[in-house]
Amino acid sequence: MFEDRIQLAHGEGGSLSRRLIEDVISPRLGNPLLAPLGDAALLPAPASRLTFTTDAFVVTPLFFPGGSIGRLAVFGTVNDLAVAGARPEWLSLSLILEEGLERSVLERVLDDVAEAARIANVLVVTGDTKVVPRGAADRMFLTTAGIGVLIDPPPPGPAAIQPGDVLIVSSSIGRHGVAILAARESLGFEPPLASDCRSLLPLADALRGAKVMIRAMRDATRGGVAAVLHEWAAASGLSLTVDEARLPIRDDVRGACELLGLDPIHIANEGVLVLATPDEQAPAALAALRSCNAGLEAAVIGRAESERGTPVILHSTLGINRVLDLPSGALLPRIC
Amino acid sequence: MCLGVPGQVIRWLNRDPLFASAEVEFAGVRRACGMACVPEAEVGQYVIVHAGVAISRIDEAAALRTLADLASLDETPIQELEGES
Amino acid sequence: MKYLDEFRDAGLARRLIDRIRRTATRPWVLMEVCGGQTHGLLRHGLDEALAGVVELIHGPGCPVCVTPAEAIDFACRLSLRPNTVLASFGDMLRVPGGVGSLNDARSQGGSVRIVYSPLDAVELAAADSQRQIVFFAVGFETTLPATALAVLQAEARGLANFSVLQAHVRVLPAMEAIVDAPDNRVQGFLAAGHVCTITGYDDYRDLARRCRVPIAVAGFEPVDLLEGILECVTQLEQGRCDVSNRYERSVRREGNPAAQGHINRVFAIADRPWRGLGTVPRGGFEFRPDFHAFDARRRYPDPAPTLPVLDDGDCRSGDVLSGRIRPHECPSYGVACTPEMPLGAPMVSSEGACAAYYRYSTRRPPLACPLPR
Repeated sequence: MFEDRIQLAHGEGGSLSRRLIEDVISPRLGNPLLAPLGDAALLPAPASRLTFTTDAFVVTPLFFPGGSIGRLAVFGTVNDLAVAGARPEWLSLSLILEEGLERSVLERVLDDVAEAARIANVLVVTGDTKVVPRGAADRMFLTTAGIGVLIDPPPPGPAAIQPGDVLIVSSSIGRHGVAILAARESLGFEPPLASDCRSLLPLADALRGAKVMIRAMRDATRGGVAAVLHEWAAASGLSLTVDEARLPIRDDVRGACELLGLDPIHIANEGVLVLATPDEQAPAALAALRSCNAGLEAAVIGRAESERGTPVILHSTLGINRVLDLPSGALLPRIC
Repeated sequence: MCLGVPGQVIRWLNRDPLFASAEVEFAGVRRACGMACVPEAEVGQYVIVHAGVAISRIDEAAALRTLADLASLDETPIQELEGES
Repeated sequence: MKYLDEFRDAGLARRLIDRIRRTATRPWVLMEVCGGQTHGLLRHGLDEALAGVVELIHGPGCPVCVTPAEAIDFACRLSLRPNTVLASFGDMLRVPGGVGSLNDARSQGGSVRIVYSPLDAVELAAADSQRQIVFFAVGFETTLPATALAVLQAEARGLANFSVLQAHVRVLPAMEAIVDAPDNRVQGFLAAGHVCTITGYDDYRDLARRCRVPIAVAGFEPVDLLEGILECVTQLEQGRCDVSNRYERSVRREGNPAAQGHINRVFAIADRPWRGLGTVPRGGFEFRPDFHAFDARRRYPDPAPTLPVLDDGDCRSGDVLSGRIRPHECPSYGVACTPEMPLGAPMVSSEGACAAYYRYSTRRPPLACPLPR
């Protein structure tokens, strides 16, 4: 019999640990590379250079409309590899579980990990489980690391952005952050706002297939599109201009943001690419993105200017320019 | 202060004078809002919601009048106040 | 969104700006009372568009900014009590008190829950009878009906575990204090549209007449703000000082009687300390005796001595809030005081005058060439 709740002993390497792996983890994530369950996975030698990344996931709630901590942990790492020009191949998965966590919750999360790994065509090849006393963690924390094999030379990066280059987002913005905030604070929106948590691999593949010249590419997670643009402005030494009217924003996100006093450009995404391409490449980039489900709402949102100075300028719907700031601190709903 | 957002009353949930509430739609999302300050609001009308409570019913005629006045702004003379600009 | 998009129309806004420029024969000094209006003006760059014609002074209209440091410290101590949850609007979490902010209290184990509505705080209390829920009520008259309804609902439901730390303030006495100050520069007001939605604007007539200032009740969208500014400028040019309602779709002369009824059952007008301004006579509210049971100040006699919070050090937020100086004229602005490391409350709230100024203060010319679609 396997208990309904996680105990400290599940992380201590004894028989309970073994049962956790055999009964819960292996059936979901098993594959030939994971099967030996040794201290380290033995990987085939790749044909090209490697990319390597890691990310920790501490989201509350664990399940939210459009995703879960399990999906996030896979897609977050996969997307980091994808925007670096790699094909993601192998993941590690570390679980930090709070004593008392329901076994069913762990199972649901692992189901989501398995499904996301299938979608992104990656294998979980190594992992670890620790259990901490009640109160020492908030139910469950995950860490994934990922290795990807470089397909083409990676995009040169934001330092290569040239004056006149256009800025493109692959999808409507602000969905993940608003969905999490609404779920965490029980804001009572109907229908519930859904996260955009998904793999960006099809988008990266489509851009590659269309041979679009890309100067820089990022997934716009925490800090939203604004954070990426600030980083790029600093790296390129150029001023970036965004046309507010062109930002793709879904109605539900817009309504929620008006109510909560938030700006979608500052809000986290988990399924949005931002890219900079030369002006003449923009039509091909848009066509490639729009050929994917995840890119149907792709839009040009702005341009790199020749002039240095204010890093990021927002050309407002009123036709007036203003500084686009970085959000300071956590985004909280406000009444003022 | 005082973020107030216009939304459309979709349906009444409770008509009690104190616990009055209705589902109100803001662009693509709906939320239950306190309606005890606008008991006369009808389904389909717009209210301004602040901190989860509707604080006024939008007077559509007044809104249209404002926009019409502004539309004819250019035809209205500035009396004897014309500046050098 | 209906009733937002029409009032953000670029063409209308441009024509209003042009009209204001052509109407003014000299520069005028106006104050927008409400922080939401400050936010709108700066966000859309209207202050720059009117530069040289209208100088806009940012008013005290940010309840987050005028909540006394002492109240924030008390809220922090409440959050640290066993079995007690402090429910607060998200606005208040980063505002420094005399000792620290609610975020600081949280990091020390304080239990702070963010709510979007006071009514949600009542639901928290109903769902968890084992714990005390204290709602930290801040805001002007706009927010007061929601707080009053929360108290009335909690009473009707017999919720003994719900109380309110009340720091609501009234906007009219602050306007009076500003124009009555010997060094006042304000020549006209944009009154806060959502406050007037509740209170009406009859009480403003005395102020307009006595102090000879035109008052335009204004909304928050660019077209609303510009219409209010045009009204003030027109009156000033004609030597008039009337109260004019330029937010007619929401504001009626008598305000909202139903909302006033809820407020008056629970609260009475009282003297109140304002951060940066000191005690403002009739500047706030107190619980009526029937509702003392819901007053967190009475439920939790505070053992900690009230710290004498006289000044915020090198922060001149009082001068900013009363319009004596503009944010960038404070020696700490942008140097020792930024949105990341605020010294004073106006740098914290996104509609605090200093923070709004800090974020939106640089501008540039429009896009050089059109973007491909």
